[in-house]
Amino acid sequence: MREIESSQITEAVAELCQRINFELPAEVVAALRRIRESATSDVARLVLDQLLDNARLAREERIPYCQDTGLVVVFVEMGQEVHLVGDDVYAAIDAGVRQGYREGYLRPSVVANPLKRDTNTGDNTPAIVHLRVVPGDQLRLHLAAKGGGSENMSALWMLTPTAGKKRVVEAIAERIQEAGGKPCPPLILGVGIGGDLEKAALLAKEALFRPLGQPSEVPELADLEQEILAAVNATGVGPMGLGGADTALAVHVLSHPCHIASLPVALNVQCHAARHGTAAL
Amino acid sequence: MSLDAKQIQLPLTAEVIGDLHAGDAVELTGVVYTARDAAHQRLVTALDGAEGLAIELDGAVIYYCGPTPAPPGRPLGAAGPTTSSRMDAFAPRLYAAGVRATIGKGQRSREVREACREYGCLYLVATGGAGALLSSFVTEAEMVAYPELGPEAIRRLVVVGLPVLVAYDLHGGSIFPRDADLG
Repeated sequence: MREIESSQITEAVAELCQRINFELPAEVVAALRRIRESATSDVARLVLDQLLDNARLAREERIPYCQDTGLVVVFVEMGQEVHLVGDDVYAAIDAGVRQGYREGYLRPSVVANPLKRDTNTGDNTPAIVHLRVVPGDQLRLHLAAKGGGSENMSALWMLTPTAGKKRVVEAIAERIQEAGGKPCPPLILGVGIGGDLEKAALLAKEALFRPLGQPSEVPELADLEQEILAAVNATGVGPMGLGGADTALAVHVLSHPCHIASLPVALNVQCHAARHGTAAL
Repeated sequence: MSLDAKQIQLPLTAEVIGDLHAGDAVELTGVVYTARDAAHQRLVTALDGAEGLAIELDGAVIYYCGPTPAPPGRPLGAAGPTTSSRMDAFAPRLYAAGVRATIGKGQRSREVREACREYGCLYLVATGGAGALLSSFVTEAEMVAYPELGPEAIRRLVVVGLPVLVAYDLHGGSIFPRDADLG
């Protein structure tokens, strides 16, 4: 067994919460630059120039690139040979969120009661934590600070098993067209196909953690990613919904076996402010 | 429409509003008030009842924004727009009460477009996710109402050259490609 102090988790989470809010991932900046070069409308160029300036300013001045500094979602891969000492993993993560959001002057964006909505928890806790036990003695934290505007445009469909790939592509493209400028395109789309209700949603979220634009290792899914991307970019929604060919930067698909009666499909929408990062202990 | 930004001094006059068209780029200088979901609910509750209004709505510009806390040496943190459609249920009431423009992101309901035309108002969009950049145009920030709402409180901001686009104008025009003519 390898001992890991819970304070190491807290420190790693506090550091990640700040870094991912100040530093837009390099691959996202590169993707924005690429579509800026090929953009055909003045308004798309204006928006993309602002986003590139914004990313530079945030990194230099260490202020968040978006005022929505997100709800913290953590996928923990915990080696089965790890013995955690101190707080439990959930408390250690929340302590990191509390510390990171305070130190970084990040926005507390969580209300304690979803219906009454009268009390902000004040420190952006609790985080949403997905724990997975894996072989080995490492502990990995994959952390995202998920924005509300894009999350709101996410969707889940329980399709009929014979609906097939065509309906999956259509459903996603229709949803993105309907969402228009609301989720802050250009977008990154996480898609989960199969499993059951919660598994599909979890896959869709997990798919967003893959480095931007890295295709699925499964050739059939890599093809599907391209097909969905083409359909979404054919909607004409464009950057901030103001028109254009660049509605999404990438589509990431994960799949899982499912019941003979079901075809669950989940779409998790991510804005261009793709706050995520990884720490290994 | 023109992307050569027009400089606009707030408060907005009827003449200035009438000259603007969907798609025009403008840079705003003057006072705007932040308000989002919870603050809108309270403002409309105040309009419905005897309770006094927390801010003067007549002539106001409302920015749908919940900024990050101010780090040392800055008036406030990141300050970009949030999704406007969540405020659609409240916006026509506020336009009727004297609000001259709202600033947010994304398309809105037909009722909001009609309210802009009926009351001679504007809906403006700023670039979503450009919170660091947009914050650089804010020179002063002061909490003026509902501090208990934290990021959702109403703040009075002084902006200098805040870059926005006219999304809905008083002529019924829209910047969004899929919005049909109002007729």
